[in-house]
Amino acid sequence: MNAREEILARLRESLEGAGPAPEVPRDYRRALEPGTDVVDLLIDRLEDYRARVHRGTGAIADALGDARRVVVPADLPAEWRTGGAEFVEDDRLPTADLDAADAVLTGCAAAVAVSGTIMLDAGPAQGRRAVSLVPDHHVIVVERERIVGHLAEALPRLHRSNPQTWISGPSATSDIELQRVEGVHGPRRLDVVISDD
Amino acid sequence: MSTAFPKAAKVALGMPQLRSNLAHATGAIRAKRTDVAGELDDWEELRSTAAAVKADVQHRLPELALEFERNARAAGARVHWARDAAEANRIAARITCEAGADEVVKVKSMATQEIELNEHFEAEGLAAWETDLAELIVQLAEDRPSHILVPAIHYNRTEIREIFNERMPDAPSDLTDDPAALAEAARLHLRRRFLSAKVAVSGANFAIAESGALVVVESEGNGRMCLTMPETLISVVGIEKLLPRFDDLEVFMQLLPRSSTGERMNPYTSVWTGATEGDGPEDVHIILLDNGRSGVLADEVGRQALSCIRCSACLNVCPVYERTGGHAYGHVYPGPIGAILAPQLEPGEHDDLPYASSLCGACYEVCPVKINIPEVLVHLRRQGPHGAGERAVMGAAQRVMARPRLWRAALRAARFLSRPWRGRGHVRRLPWPGSKWTGSRDMSVPPRLSFRDWWKERER
Amino acid sequence: MNRIGLFITCVNDALYPETPKAVVTVLERLGYEVDFPQAQTCCGQMHANSGYRDHATGLARGFERAFGEYEAIVTPSGSCAAMARDQYPDLIGGGIGARVYELSEFLIDQAGVDDVGARFPHTVTYHPTCHGTRALGLGDKPLRLLRAVGGIELIDLPEPDQCCGFGGTFALKNAEVSSAMLDDKCRNAAGTGAEYLAAADNSCLSHIGGGLSRAARASRGVPKPIHYAEILASAP
Repeated sequence: MNAREEILARLRESLEGAGPAPEVPRDYRRALEPGTDVVDLLIDRLEDYRARVHRGTGAIADALGDARRVVVPADLPAEWRTGGAEFVEDDRLPTADLDAADAVLTGCAAAVAVSGTIMLDAGPAQGRRAVSLVPDHHVIVVERERIVGHLAEALPRLHRSNPQTWISGPSATSDIELQRVEGVHGPRRLDVVISDD
Repeated sequence: MSTAFPKAAKVALGMPQLRSNLAHATGAIRAKRTDVAGELDDWEELRSTAAAVKADVQHRLPELALEFERNARAAGARVHWARDAAEANRIAARITCEAGADEVVKVKSMATQEIELNEHFEAEGLAAWETDLAELIVQLAEDRPSHILVPAIHYNRTEIREIFNERMPDAPSDLTDDPAALAEAARLHLRRRFLSAKVAVSGANFAIAESGALVVVESEGNGRMCLTMPETLISVVGIEKLLPRFDDLEVFMQLLPRSSTGERMNPYTSVWTGATEGDGPEDVHIILLDNGRSGVLADEVGRQALSCIRCSACLNVCPVYERTGGHAYGHVYPGPIGAILAPQLEPGEHDDLPYASSLCGACYEVCPVKINIPEVLVHLRRQGPHGAGERAVMGAAQRVMARPRLWRAALRAARFLSRPWRGRGHVRRLPWPGSKWTGSRDMSVPPRLSFRDWWKERER
Repeated sequence: MNRIGLFITCVNDALYPETPKAVVTVLERLGYEVDFPQAQTCCGQMHANSGYRDHATGLARGFERAFGEYEAIVTPSGSCAAMARDQYPDLIGGGIGARVYELSEFLIDQAGVDDVGARFPHTVTYHPTCHGTRALGLGDKPLRLLRAVGGIELIDLPEPDQCCGFGGTFALKNAEVSSAMLDDKCRNAAGTGAEYLAAADNSCLSHIGGGLSRAARASRGVPKPIHYAEILASAP
């Protein structure tokens, strides 16, 4: 018997007489209280993670700060490419070029207010994963309609079979005395531009 | 009957720095967990759902494993099955060699710790580099992890700086013990390795049956680096990690980060389904690992240990773990979850671990998937061996207690024999085995008149 | 439910008669008729939790023989009540486990009383024992009863939810860890400066009290262990 057959046989044997699977109760919350201001909540959570938050696409240039070379997915809207930086479209850029960039500017698929989580699913304006990973500064434009209150509201919006990255603040570690330090291997700076224009 | 735990615990208790590091760290994370779990008014409902989903997975494991395999393959992953650690290691080493590599970068993974992949790779002349900060510290120190989430929890910042200074060739000469400076040193040390690695090895927090996706939850971005940059990715996944549906993440991704690091959400979660052209590794392998899990599944009470999502909340609240640290448990899974998992994964070994608990129940109270750890501990005590001396004492006690008249006579005898100590009210030193008690506490002395005497008097 | 079966527990039977006497005093003060079935011995917890299921089953049957006729069985032990309620259904079936109440549960939930009319003009710190709190879900019931006691001054115990390290045979099998836990509990208790350390379980109190009595030889001002029932029984 090969490993696959043997493991399956062992599992089946262990389950003999185990009876039917139990019912799964689903009475947890799937949305926040009606009337919650999800934009305010998202901002509060992001700032708690020490991400910097800006309002309106007019603030993109500010968010990019003094970055000179900014990588962008090829389908990033032209109107987001503002300010004095050079915008380099990702056309399978070599890793070294990504590493040499000062920042990356992307959009996102969804944002969950209650946990300050921004989700990328390789959809429009998001690019491939390496692009939003290697540069040391990530600026994400979150359009108002992409913001939901609760995780359960965000999952249906994701393209499930695409690679996803859920981002909640800049990279961080708590491995030394459980003291949180922002900025390790992922982008050390995270700027979020909430666009409700 | 093994006495490894009490002995190792005694050694650990004699290390004041270790105890203070542990108390500091577990105390901090306990408070954070309590706060963020308390923010959710449906925390108990989430726990109940998670427990039921995991029980459902266990009941349907063969079916779900096949569904996962089918979907992962359709998405371009190669799925391998490993009966045990040796088989998983052989497969991982073979894939690494076939990819033309002699080293791999690793995402922190309990499954690869469990199968001792690093040691196996070293024996094969391959190198496996840990990239999680805490794992890096432990690897540099040639030590073993002592915690599921924070493997270097037993070191403080000063000790970590010393490890970096002595063992990390590219550590800055003016390295301070500021955690930010230490994290920066690790970033520089690993950056080139990430950007040039050909092969990465990961585990997975969840494997989604309906889509064949894997999920890795992390903080530092080392996970994203490993899962994105290399050409070849090998993920070692315990078969119990399956979830039926992608939407189940709406439950587990609320529970896991809050229970684990005490955050509303961890900085990074990666989800990938097979291979995607032009985005991340194109040579994607998944090793489904049994290594004792199918045996655990057979035990109706014990199988709930397979629900564990490795959050480590039970370690952080355990008064025993807080005082002994993880090494005393002698297994890759320490703390309360280790005390029920290790003896089941490796039957006949670790039979002292079910006793490494005062049954205080703090672990059950915080477990996000409601594993009734005290119940399983007691269950395993029933199965495990008992020493002849203990059996005799327990049997004698039971025979007396099962006969009320004999019991009353025994209590009368105890009151009579303990007369010499009654004036003082307690006994300071008893001969063995009573010395186990009086070693650290006085023993109360039976009273002159019992409750029964008082009751009889009253009745008259 | 005016007639109550009193289960004093084996620990109190052997060592601490004042606690069950106090339970009788409190219940009678509230107008209940208390019975003491002579055939009672031990609930079987030590055997059950040490892995001797058959032995525990025998003792559970003995408990059922002694208390089968009572609608309400009251005991001054969170741990023994939890044993009966959690483990009897599995060991012997039947409904007797559900009829066992820890004293504070009985007073608050069944009798509907917070104030039992006691007076105890002393400083007291309260340790919520693990089985009472977690297995039985007593919450703050014993504390609610204590708060209503006249003249009492309650002082918060730091890290109250930390186990004292007793754990039955744990205290012997892992004596060093148990002792380390005990040290911390004693230090926290002594730090309150209270005259008394109260709890809902004399098994835990025999362990903490044994540690405190040793500490008392080194320094004065260490709290004395006391079952909270004895505080409730103290006369106005």
